[in-house]
Amino acid sequence: MITSSIARKVAMALSGLFLVVFLGQHFTINFTSVFSENTFNELSHFMGTNPVVQFIFQPILMFGVVFHFVMGFVLEIQNRSARAGQYGTYKGSANASWMSRNMILTGAVVLSFLGLHLYDFWIPEMNYKYVEFIPEDPTRYYDELVHKFHSPIRVGLYAVSFGFLALHLVHGFGSSFQSMGLNNKYTPAIKTFTKIFAIAIPTGFVFIALFHHLKAL
Amino acid sequence: MARLDSKTPEGPLSEKWTQHKSNINLVSPANKRLIDVIVVGTGLAGASASATLAELGYNVKTFCFQDSPRRAHSIAAQGGINAAKNYQGDGDSTYRLFYDTIKGGDYRSREANVHRLAEVSANIIDQCVAQGVPFARDYGGLLDNRSFGGVLVSRTFYAKGQTGQQLLLGAYSAMNRQIGRGKIKMYNRHEMMDLVKVDGKARGIIARNLVTGKLERHGAHAVVIASGGYGNVFFLSTNAMGSNVSASWKIHRKGAYFANPCFTQIHPTCIPVSGDHQSKLTLMSESLRNDGRIWVPKKLDDAQAIREGRLKPTELAEENRDYYLERRYPAFGNLVPRDVASRAAKERCDAGYGVNKTGEAVYLDFASAIIRYGKEEAHVKGLDENDATLVKKLGQEVVRAKYGNLFQMYEKIVDQNPYETPMMIYPAVHYTMGGVWVDYNLMTSIPGCYAIGEANFSDHGANRLGASALMQGLADGYFVLPYTIGDYLSDDIRTGPIATDTTEFEEAEKEVHNRLEAFINNKGTHTVDYYHKKLGKIMWNKCGMSRNGKELKEAMAEIKELREDFYKNVKVPGRLNEFNEQLAKAERVADFLELGELFAKDALERTESCGGHFREESQTPEGEALRDDKNFTFVSAWEHQGAPAKAKLHKEALNYEEIEVKTRSYK
Amino acid sequence: MNLTLKVWRQANAQAKGSFETYPISEVSPDMSFLEMMDVLNEQLIQKGTDPIAFDHDCREGICGMCSMFINGEAHGPDRLVTTCQLHMRKFKDGDTITIEPFRAKAFPVVKDLAVDRSAFDRVQHAGGFISVNTSGNTQDANAIPIEKHDADRAFDAATCIGCGACVATCKNASAMLFVSAKVSQYALLPQGKVEATDRVLNMVKQMDEEGFGNCTNTGACEVECPKGISLENIARMNREYLSASIKG
Repeated sequence: MITSSIARKVAMALSGLFLVVFLGQHFTINFTSVFSENTFNELSHFMGTNPVVQFIFQPILMFGVVFHFVMGFVLEIQNRSARAGQYGTYKGSANASWMSRNMILTGAVVLSFLGLHLYDFWIPEMNYKYVEFIPEDPTRYYDELVHKFHSPIRVGLYAVSFGFLALHLVHGFGSSFQSMGLNNKYTPAIKTFTKIFAIAIPTGFVFIALFHHLKAL
Repeated sequence: MARLDSKTPEGPLSEKWTQHKSNINLVSPANKRLIDVIVVGTGLAGASASATLAELGYNVKTFCFQDSPRRAHSIAAQGGINAAKNYQGDGDSTYRLFYDTIKGGDYRSREANVHRLAEVSANIIDQCVAQGVPFARDYGGLLDNRSFGGVLVSRTFYAKGQTGQQLLLGAYSAMNRQIGRGKIKMYNRHEMMDLVKVDGKARGIIARNLVTGKLERHGAHAVVIASGGYGNVFFLSTNAMGSNVSASWKIHRKGAYFANPCFTQIHPTCIPVSGDHQSKLTLMSESLRNDGRIWVPKKLDDAQAIREGRLKPTELAEENRDYYLERRYPAFGNLVPRDVASRAAKERCDAGYGVNKTGEAVYLDFASAIIRYGKEEAHVKGLDENDATLVKKLGQEVVRAKYGNLFQMYEKIVDQNPYETPMMIYPAVHYTMGGVWVDYNLMTSIPGCYAIGEANFSDHGANRLGASALMQGLADGYFVLPYTIGDYLSDDIRTGPIATDTTEFEEAEKEVHNRLEAFINNKGTHTVDYYHKKLGKIMWNKCGMSRNGKELKEAMAEIKELREDFYKNVKVPGRLNEFNEQLAKAERVADFLELGELFAKDALERTESCGGHFREESQTPEGEALRDDKNFTFVSAWEHQGAPAKAKLHKEALNYEEIEVKTRSYK
Repeated sequence: MNLTLKVWRQANAQAKGSFETYPISEVSPDMSFLEMMDVLNEQLIQKGTDPIAFDHDCREGICGMCSMFINGEAHGPDRLVTTCQLHMRKFKDGDTITIEPFRAKAFPVVKDLAVDRSAFDRVQHAGGFISVNTSGNTQDANAIPIEKHDADRAFDAATCIGCGACVATCKNASAMLFVSAKVSQYALLPQGKVEATDRVLNMVKQMDEEGFGNCTNTGACEVECPKGISLENIARMNREYLSASIKG
């Protein structure tokens, strides 16, 4: 379907941007937990039970995630095979940032975190709703969240993973615009914005985790 | 001494080409498919000829020794290309371009060829723009022009300092289109080793695959040599490392006459030699002389102080500088033709005014241009014209926009900032006006063998004007050869493919093989470069910017001796059938060692001074070149007779119908 | 200066190569890198060792033939220069310098440091041209004015010398900078717009078939490009490609 190199990178960019939008949305909802238990519960309840979200957006999101990482690995394999013979000395740092050269590494860390995250939240959630058919309690979400951040190890893992996500985004978010053909006088502004976003949002997530962890002590 | 027939058509000069095109035989499109043409070389001439011949329908096989046709040395031409477009409305015309070229060539070029060149010049610009060549434009979106040495109009089209690159890539793109269509078969990393003649006609070549070392036979109905000039006979020149005379020399040995070998252009503005390790010289475009002023110190003491590093050029007061070109040639000033500028620089340096460690450099100074442009800019922008720092900054920006890449190149090589301190320049071998003799149809004295571009001799006489080499290469390749070759090929429509399993090909291949094998088996003591450098020294010292009978005779003897030593003692490592750069180089240097001797012989024979050829015996009391029209208004075409010293001279008389032959003056 | 050179030696495309170490003394800081290689080769020949094969021709930074990967960087540590314009003053006495060929699947080694970059030529055959015959009767060169800004940008893209430093440098061995420079040059000129759709589709197809890697926007190519070709060109090619794909 997507056979040319440019089509693939555009697909990578689009799926990445989609995930960035999801991340922003996810952050916004989580952040309400810091100041309002009720708002958080209401929004979570809506997201968890609204059929459009559950049966249209959720599958799209899952497809987006799977597509992004599968394509990422496919491209990485192709890229490695395009070299043929390793350099004795290769000074990558002389001409490109660490982030841009290690997307596969930061991506893989984020992916494994995603596994943990799904195990923590999504599997219990699915179990709750669709396996055991426990009746919905619109106020359960906040407590679940707080409970998860009890363990300092989990919070630590969480923080490290978001660190990698930030590194992934610092290159990936801005780069997606270049992939889609956007490089003009607004590019410096876009780059600044994407970098701020890439650092601020993961920091925000870590803040939320720490906030609940410390508050419960 | 035999007289040569140039086959120049009858009729008034301005109509010769039009009439000739209407009268010559053509090959029908259906028959062109049955005809193969070999082109050797992919510079402007070779690439444009290959593309056009293929467009017309011929089957073209093109050869280049580089890894891609795009690398040919036309790519390094910087300044621009002339065309009589008169876009600037400054009085330019076909006639004026024709006249300037003849005069610039010191009345030693063939009138009809030059007029044809001027006629097609405008078409070249149209063609290149249609191909997507990004020439410089002004703010109205129209093409910009600059002026070049030896003329009083602005007719030079340019693309920053990379005009040759852009034109070559244009021709290369035209070739690519034909390669994609299968009409050109491209042989990269292949070198022509010999011409194959069948029944007196050129019918193919022996080529060597430089990667595998294997010899190949290629047959064709005609062979076009477009392999450039032979400036590398001097070892140090602005030519590329691989530029060589071999293709031209092989056909010379097979019967093509070699014309005016001593007509060599020494370009005045090159970066001076820095040491013995030097492998080549780098040109600084002549366009720099539009804005740069050339000078040396007025006093010998100052020159010495500068050489020893005690004095900086910027510290020297205006009245202590000698702008010798402006002084000697007030009408043209810094824009005198190349031969004149080069000799004047040599004269000053020989007199002890040179400004670098070796004493062989003069200054090319942009300080006043920077101030002039800076003031203009300040005025346009409504800023303070008296603020020296601002003016300098604005001026530097203008200069950067015009010559940025050249200034950067200078800084990388010399490690000095030319925006702050004047550039140092010195003349260097750059172009060879001489070359394979061709008639009006660009055919050599071997039927079916053609020579185009710098490889032939016809258009520039004894000195080439700036921005005319690109014009000639493309004129020959796009607009002349593809038509004139039809006249010859029209007899070949029933010949059928040229077989390569014949004795002629077999013998030629065997000869090449034996020659190469001899090099490998020689096991001598000196490397190929050792001989090339020695040859270069002889050429530069005795056949360089000024020549005399005594030294030329010495040069002939020394080159002959060096050649004999070369065959006895050269050491070529590696094997025959592999990628072997030294072997390829040995073959090229062997040819230079023969050409060098013929070069000196030609220079010795021509006892007049003309253009780039300056005989010390023939000068005016003021030291200007003195031509001898009565005895030397002819082309010297040399026929190979076994050895360079034995070459037989044929004269092609030069008749000027439209132009009155005058003393060239730029005063 | 005295230096130690670690040079990749490989007899031909099929052979397995390895590094060899050569000391070299009395190197002048004014020498160009290739002149230093000349000196080394002269010494090797005298010693009866096969000289090191490397590509080079114009030695003034424009033909694009020289192609060495020096100390981990294409064309060495200096910026905006080709190997032939790199000067020894960029190195210090006692340095060890690693010299390798440009490495990419699409650029097989010919011998030692020389590689085969004909993949670039084939990409150009696929569409790197404007289909206009040499007639001498095309319209006047000034018939279509071109905005200076566009003409200048087209020129900037057209200054690519096809050396392959972008491919050699890119961690993915991607040829996007090279291909996009050509696509951009024509896309910016009215003469080139006519067949822009086919051009970009065909050139990208050929580029992919040659086995170059994919672009991940690291920007290394732009930094190492001896002619400073801008990443803007890649964005432009992406745009051109997208709109061409939609048009079909």
